[in-house]
Amino acid sequence: MKIRTLKRHVVEAFKSMGRNGWMSFASISAVTVTLLLVSVFLAILLNINYIASQIEDDVQIRAYIERTEKPENYKDYQQDLEKLDKVKTVEYQSKEEGLDELIESLGDEGEAFSSLKNENPLRDAFIIYTDKPQDTAAVAKEVEKFKFVNKVEYGKGTVEKLFKVTDVARNVGIVLVLGLVFTAMFLISNTIKLTIVTRRREIEIMKLVGATNGFIRWPFFIEGFALGVSGAVLPIVVIAVGYQAIFDIANQKLGTVFIELLPVTPLIPQLSLLMLLIGGVIGVWGSLTSVRKFLKI
Amino acid sequence: MIEMIDVWKTYPNGVMALNGIDVYIEKGEFVYVVGPSGAGKSTFIKCMYREEKPTQGSIIINGTNLAKVKERQIPKVRRKIGVVFQDFKLLPRLTVYENVAFALEVIEESPKVIRERVMEVLDLVKLKNKARMFPDELSGGEQQRVSIARSIVNHPPVIIADEPTGNLDPETAWEIMDIFKEINARGTTVVMATHNKEIVNTITKRVIAIEGGRIVRDEAKGDYGYED
Ligand SMILES: Nc1ncnc2c1ncn2[C@@H]1O[C@H](COP(=O)(O)OP(=O)(O)O)[C@@H](O)[C@H]1O
Ligand SMILES: [Mg+2]
Repeated sequence: MKIRTLKRHVVEAFKSMGRNGWMSFASISAVTVTLLLVSVFLAILLNINYIASQIEDDVQIRAYIERTEKPENYKDYQQDLEKLDKVKTVEYQSKEEGLDELIESLGDEGEAFSSLKNENPLRDAFIIYTDKPQDTAAVAKEVEKFKFVNKVEYGKGTVEKLFKVTDVARNVGIVLVLGLVFTAMFLISNTIKLTIVTRRREIEIMKLVGATNGFIRWPFFIEGFALGVSGAVLPIVVIAVGYQAIFDIANQKLGTVFIELLPVTPLIPQLSLLMLLIGGVIGVWGSLTSVRKFLKI
Repeated sequence: MIEMIDVWKTYPNGVMALNGIDVYIEKGEFVYVVGPSGAGKSTFIKCMYREEKPTQGSIIINGTNLAKVKERQIPKVRRKIGVVFQDFKLLPRLTVYENVAFALEVIEESPKVIRERVMEVLDLVKLKNKARMFPDELSGGEQQRVSIARSIVNHPPVIIADEPTGNLDPETAWEIMDIFKEINARGTTVVMATHNKEIVNTITKRVIAIEGGRIVRDEAKGDYGYED
């Protein structure tokens, strides 16, 4: 296609949008509402995931070894654990190391435990990391079955609850987002269909003087794309401004518990690009599905 | 130039519009297609520029067998055939100039060539001074002249017209015929379905009469042959 032809298509597309001003406005609004919700959902979901991952990093299973077990068997036991499904790594931690770690983690107050070093109340332990944090509970159950294991510990309740919440949020979010996207596509496709009915005669004439389907389709393609992309503008502004504000407040409050939100960059640029992309795809899809059946002349 | 071999057309609703048409039209000929209403004249014309696809038989135009043309290639075929309709089929939102230029934009002709050719054909149909007007500002005869200008602007070897004077008063009809005669004189083949007895009997040319989807008469210097 030559440049001047492309120019002609662009001019045609914008003329048509102007002529069907109200319908264009309705389509853009539909995309705007959709993308607004989609972007808010995405920002929330990504942040839940991000926060979850910050906590997930700490998810480990501690399997304490029976005092009656002989240390020379530990190597075999470790291999048994490593052979389990979904287990990533198994580390051995002697009770002395365990105590040191405990003392260190308690800081100043830990000094008080130093006296315990001679009669260490802890047991030797294996520290198990799973492939996915979600597997923690299942793996812990397996580990518990071994005879040499005295007790298994992991962040039971909290971990499970956290993953339940994120999973539910994720699924609800995905369903809602998909529903909204389809609604917007439907609206755009209907908008353009309406404009096409009035242009039906024009299309027929164009075909009679030898216009290819592509030639006729291009302006509609551009129109749909422009409608979709225009619909992404407001959501991008809203999410950029809103997220910056929330980010500033949240980081002041959450800083004390060592949790942070996703940084504004790259999140906002990425979300913006995604919104433009979704808007464009919705628009193009909507317009092309509505032209299709008018081209069979 | 135009050849139809055993062409049949049955519409999806079962109407048999063409029932075995055989015809050969030489390059540069001027042919009237006559016959009563519903005889199949429009179907005959539509099959030539492939608005309708024959159920059976082959149509060869400008050396191309339409039966073998793929869907994608149809626009290319149509560019070599100028079509003129009873209802003009102009684009209402484009000016006279733009309507004519459209046939060249479709084939991505350069702006310079477009300007030259459009002015040239508008001159031929005597509408140069109305180039900036819109179709609804023109009389019926003028609109038909625009549509003729559009059909010839890319120099197709064939012009086909379906009752081009059907909506026009007699005087205007003669003006339109003058243009077709001029186009034909320049070497373009003209095929015209018409109901206009006077024109057929005055400007005598080859006459093909269709009745019930069959050619019932084909005369070199024929007359209209029906009482209207
Ligand atoms: N698109 C169509 N679908 C069904 N029947 C049609 C269609 N077009 C024409 N016909 C029928 O085919 C026959 C021939 O029509 P047409 O070619 O328009 O005749 P003419 O132009 O000579 O009046 C008529 O009976 C008409 O009703
Ligand atoms: Mg007819």
